Amino acid sequence: MNWKTFYALLSRDGHIARRNLVMVLVQILLQPLLFTFVFGRVLTSGGFMRAQFKSVLLPGVISISMVIAGIQAVAMPLISEFQFSREIEDRLLAPIENGWLAVEKIIAGMIQALVAGLVVIPAAWLTMGGANISYDHPLRFAGFCLLVSLLAASGGLALGCSVGQTQIGLMFSLIMTPMLMFGCVYYPWSFLRPFPELQYAVLLNPVVYASEGLRGTLVPQIPHIAGPIAAAVLTAADFGLLAIGIRKFKKKAVS
Amino acid sequence: MGLGIRIENLRKVYDSPAPSTLGAAGFSFGPVRSGSRNGRREKKKKTEILALDGISLEIRPGEIFGLLGPNGAGKSTTIGILTTRTEPTSGRAFVGEYDVWKQQVKAKRVIGVVPQRPNLDFALTTREVLVFHGAYFGQSARERNRRADEQLEKFMLTDRRGQMSRELSGGMMQRLSIARAMMHDPEVLFLDEPSAGLDPQTRLMLWEIIRGYGSLGKTIVLTTHYMEEADELCQRLAIIDHGKIIALGTPQELKSSIPGGYVLRFRFDRAPEELLRQIRELPGVTEVHLAEPTAADVYADRGGPLIGPVVAAAQSAGSEVRDVHIQEPSLENLFLHHTGRSLRE
Repeated sequence: MNWKTFYALLSRDGHIARRNLVMVLVQILLQPLLFTFVFGRVLTSGGFMRAQFKSVLLPGVISISMVIAGIQAVAMPLISEFQFSREIEDRLLAPIENGWLAVEKIIAGMIQALVAGLVVIPAAWLTMGGANISYDHPLRFAGFCLLVSLLAASGGLALGCSVGQTQIGLMFSLIMTPMLMFGCVYYPWSFLRPFPELQYAVLLNPVVYASEGLRGTLVPQIPHIAGPIAAAVLTAADFGLLAIGIRKFKKKAVS
Repeated sequence: MGLGIRIENLRKVYDSPAPSTLGAAGFSFGPVRSGSRNGRREKKKKTEILALDGISLEIRPGEIFGLLGPNGAGKSTTIGILTTRTEPTSGRAFVGEYDVWKQQVKAKRVIGVVPQRPNLDFALTTREVLVFHGAYFGQSARERNRRADEQLEKFMLTDRRGQMSRELSGGMMQRLSIARAMMHDPEVLFLDEPSAGLDPQTRLMLWEIIRGYGSLGKTIVLTTHYMEEADELCQRLAIIDHGKIIALGTPQELKSSIPGGYVLRFRFDRAPEELLRQIRELPGVTEVHLAEPTAADVYADRGGPLIGPVVAAAQSAGSEVRDVHIQEPSLENLFLHHTGRSLRE
């Protein structure tokens, strides 16, 4: 393992992220801000939604912002770099095993997902004007944030190595949208009880455990999937996706 | 001192068209075999393409070596395997003492690669491409900044240093690719079609740079389908066609290996059949064709020494030589001789 090279690769990604900081922030913040404003502020103050909805919404919005930011940070550049020009070779020729380049992408993606989560919390809290957040379990919260960011980054790696440039639109409508709508982002899992088949089907979606896990640490007063279960499934999903992603990356790296 | 290169019985079969040939003109292979090895899954047939058919080759340390051949001959695949980018189906490749596919990181450290299409980091500026490349190879901040500025100067890119690399013209991208490959001072430099898309002036500059790098004792391997380039630049050449080496040697050796390598074009005031017959009988002449009503192409194993006898033959046939042009043996003629096809086909 060649740390100098690994660090140089990571600083390259950091350099580009800093250069595009404003764009990245807008991309991360705009959607959750508008969403929390309309659903958490407009609809609750108009009386259509109960004030408690704010507390349901906040952890969900954090989870989905992290997931989207992580996937985009890893998958989008990979998809274009694996195209015709094989831009990725600029880095594949660096003196380091190809697998470590994939690991580097994961770390860079995790950092961006964590930043996204950390930026969204105060922003969403402010636009909604007060959700009842519990500060009792900071370590558990940090642990879930790490698990969610790894989920996002390794999911991004697996997707980025499977999807071609022409299928990006399809990726969003076929994978991202259902993941978002059935990821228990806007409602707790227990609300799906009237639809038993759906309630069990969505358990295949790892975003469910991300949202429910964060819900358990931030707003424990809202019903949620038990913390240890959510953590265990998230860990399994993380390492599963990581293994798939790295294998696909290594295969795609050479012709 | 540069490192030697050894490849042993390399074969490469692509499941789908070779990446380098996707969208490239002149791809000349047909499918060699439809995959029925999957037994029951025969419905899902794959097109297999044989790109390299058991190539063995040794390149000496410090040599400027050329791989010459038409598009799709297997040049890029050979370079791809030697540079850890293309995995061989079978066979072995060594750069120095390193087995490229077993000691990839060690091999990557000693090679510099200029790919056929610029694979620059398009998210960076011209100068950053070089500086980060230096960082990947463990150069200190001071060293990589100094070297980057030197390379920019050498490749006349200093005024573009702050421009995003994706905004450069094709020729500039090519120059930046070469600058990047030399950034970490590799012992072996691979250049895949380095002068494709360069204007004649830049090409001359590139040749100078390659010669200069070679004079430092570095090993240089380049592919080309320009014969002038191979002839001008390379100490030894392998001519590749259909994934096989069909000839190997110095440009001079290769050229003199073909019988009747010279072509002399004579222009007469008139060219009666009697004259052509007489020329055909001269020693060293293999063929005579009438190219135009008063001009004849003489294929022979010598050039200048034939002029006297032809002038004499013309006089005795009552004709007169107006002009003569001698074409020396060329790699073009050689390729034609070995394959029956022109390199440019």
